[in-house]
Amino acid sequence: MCCNCRNASGTVARPPEEQQKFDELERYIGTLQVGDNPDRRRGSLIQILHRAQHLFGYLSEEVQSFVAARLNISRAEVYGVISFYSYFIDQPIGRYKINVCTGTACFVKGAPKVLDEFKRRLEIREGESTPDGKFFLGALRCVGACSLAPVVMVNEKVYGNVTAEKVADILQDCAD
Amino acid sequence: MKITSPEELAQNAAALKSRPRKPIKLLVSMGTCGIAAGTAAVLKAIHQEIAERNLENAIEVSEVGCMGLCHAEPVIMLADEATGEKLIYGDVTPEQVPAILAAGTSSIAPGTRTLERNWYYPEFETAKPGEPQARIVLRNTGRLNPENIEEYLADDGYAALAKAVTQMTPQQVIDLITASGLRGRGGGGFPTGRKWQFAADQKSEEKFIICNADEGDPGAFMDRAVLEGDPHTVLEAMAIGGYAIGAHTGVIYIRAEYPLAVRRLEIAIRQAEELGLLGRNIFDSGFDFRIEIKYGAGAFVCGEETALIHSIEGKRGEPTVKPPFPAVEGLWKKPTVVNNVETYACVGAIVRKGAEWFRSLGTAGSPGTKVFALAGKVAKVGLVEVPMGTTLRDIVFGIGGGIKNGRAFKAVQTGGPSGGCITPANLDLPIDYEALKSIGSMMGSGGMIVMDEDDCMVNIAKFFLEFTLDESCGKCTPCRIGNRRMYEMLNEITEGRASLDVIDRLKTLSATIKDTALCGLGQTSPNPVLSTLANFEDEYLAHVKDSRCPAGVCAKLIRYEISDRCVGCGLCLHRCPVNCISGERKMRHRIDQSRCIKCGVCFQTCKFHAVEKH
Repeated sequence: MCCNCRNASGTVARPPEEQQKFDELERYIGTLQVGDNPDRRRGSLIQILHRAQHLFGYLSEEVQSFVAARLNISRAEVYGVISFYSYFIDQPIGRYKINVCTGTACFVKGAPKVLDEFKRRLEIREGESTPDGKFFLGALRCVGACSLAPVVMVNEKVYGNVTAEKVADILQDCAD
Repeated sequence: MKITSPEELAQNAAALKSRPRKPIKLLVSMGTCGIAAGTAAVLKAIHQEIAERNLENAIEVSEVGCMGLCHAEPVIMLADEATGEKLIYGDVTPEQVPAILAAGTSSIAPGTRTLERNWYYPEFETAKPGEPQARIVLRNTGRLNPENIEEYLADDGYAALAKAVTQMTPQQVIDLITASGLRGRGGGGFPTGRKWQFAADQKSEEKFIICNADEGDPGAFMDRAVLEGDPHTVLEAMAIGGYAIGAHTGVIYIRAEYPLAVRRLEIAIRQAEELGLLGRNIFDSGFDFRIEIKYGAGAFVCGEETALIHSIEGKRGEPTVKPPFPAVEGLWKKPTVVNNVETYACVGAIVRKGAEWFRSLGTAGSPGTKVFALAGKVAKVGLVEVPMGTTLRDIVFGIGGGIKNGRAFKAVQTGGPSGGCITPANLDLPIDYEALKSIGSMMGSGGMIVMDEDDCMVNIAKFFLEFTLDESCGKCTPCRIGNRRMYEMLNEITEGRASLDVIDRLKTLSATIKDTALCGLGQTSPNPVLSTLANFEDEYLAHVKDSRCPAGVCAKLIRYEISDRCVGCGLCLHRCPVNCISGERKMRHRIDQSRCIKCGVCFQTCKFHAVEKH
């Protein structure tokens, strides 16, 4: 052991705030009807990961190990699932999650230009966060609000009929 | 309270129907796009106005799902309970609310925009001239409050389930669906009755019925609209399907990107369980059925049924070779039926009204209706439901109001990343599964993206391939690597670097991928390329031979120049993000081509049309 961050019982000592989240995840897993069949027990993996990401913001190695242990599967299996689905992230991201819709309707109505403008202003690429941890920039496929194309989502808020000129205003809206 | 017999259900419906009603019912469209367009503020203004003017007894406000009039959101509808008169307002602002409520249903509030209803409900209305739409799938969407089961029950809700489990044998239900000719609305068009029959024929203690609500096709949003606006219809149909094949568990697999739909489904399931319409011993028939919700996590390939099943099992959503088909070996290796939301939304109506009635709509090979999500460069973006066999012209130019800003129509893309383009030459083709296939496109889930002369078809094909690249699960080589190579070729074309043989190479590789890919995603991925090649080969050739993009989209092939119309106002110079425009005030400016990033800002800002695009 390289440091003494484990206590006598072998579990990692966590800051109380973190521990609370783990406790809540533990409780959540307890409420799921996971039967005795080990195969079926892993059927709730994606559901649990959704909850974990909601709690922690992203799925750290520690969270992945925790979920793997609770479902009695290997961490590789958990990571395999996380890396497959675009919804799951294993790195912390910016507080304002900007997602430019690049579905077909938004694409033909100029979403690429909007995305370029965000990249230019934030000086980051798609899938990255700004160094100050404020913004994350991503692209997603169709939020189903095609009538408002091009659409940009900032966390839960939807902006419709976005043009490159409106990008500055949207960033302005994201005040801490 | 539990409802334990069809009679009790009917009495309950009659009691709900005869309840005293307020004179005016006001429907407020609270679907995702309505909310994004500002319906919540309108709703707040309505409640405020009602409170201020003491209209609580005169107006009943009901929050409903999408009415399909997306182009005019926020939309509200006033219905006069006595006369049946209906008035639809579009682009409503909170400021207009007092005038609209004051006008009631007897007159139109000044300074507002009203819309005409151009659909009818074939279950209880006959079409009038000028009504191109027929609503079966969307019969309750935008009409009933999805969070209140009483509205659904008052409208014969769960009567189809009651009829199926108390008056019909499972085989009779399957025969009815088979006779109706209902085909899978998710894209493939496989006969639903036959799918059910396969699963019913399997001997197994445990079977599953799955609702595929992983609407991943970019540009399609009908499933979201149905789930947000009418969740009970889907639940009821799943229970009917469960009864028919002998399943006691239903699973709804839904995208995590649809939080509102998830919430309304959860509410609907709870309400149905409380009344005993789901759960144990439904209508005292001995039939048990429960429904659970599973979330997707952003993987397009999970719309493919074997991949979807793996995802529900908590695994990576990779498809497997069929056979075995899910009807034989599906979820947890048990017989499983996977149908899409829109397919389920037809089932209740067929049970209530019969196979003959369903066949009276649509074409012989494709009975019933189809919902299309009309989007892109069309004037009236929205959700439309038309009988199969309606022509594209009626949809795009009739219901959709033609092309926006007076541009010329170029093509409609259907079937998403698996589909193809329909050109002006086929505008009058009656649309059904076979017709679309015959012209190199496909029905798909019903996304219809309208494109005008400003869209470059090579770029569109590249867009869809980029999508496939992103979404390919990587299991089979043709899809993982073949599509990458295709994308590179298209990239060469759009950048003017391709050699002439690129078109033949594209065709050969497309054929190989179609023949050898593992699942539907891979097998259909070359379709957008093949279809645009077949219809717009001249555009490809213009890129390759003349290094020219006829639509003026492909950045590497266009250049901006300032003509002698320039008055030297300096606006473009200020706006240029890379400072590549120079010139004295009141003198003609010029663009440094070596530094220009072709963003087009100068072109858009020039008030004198002096910036030219070549």
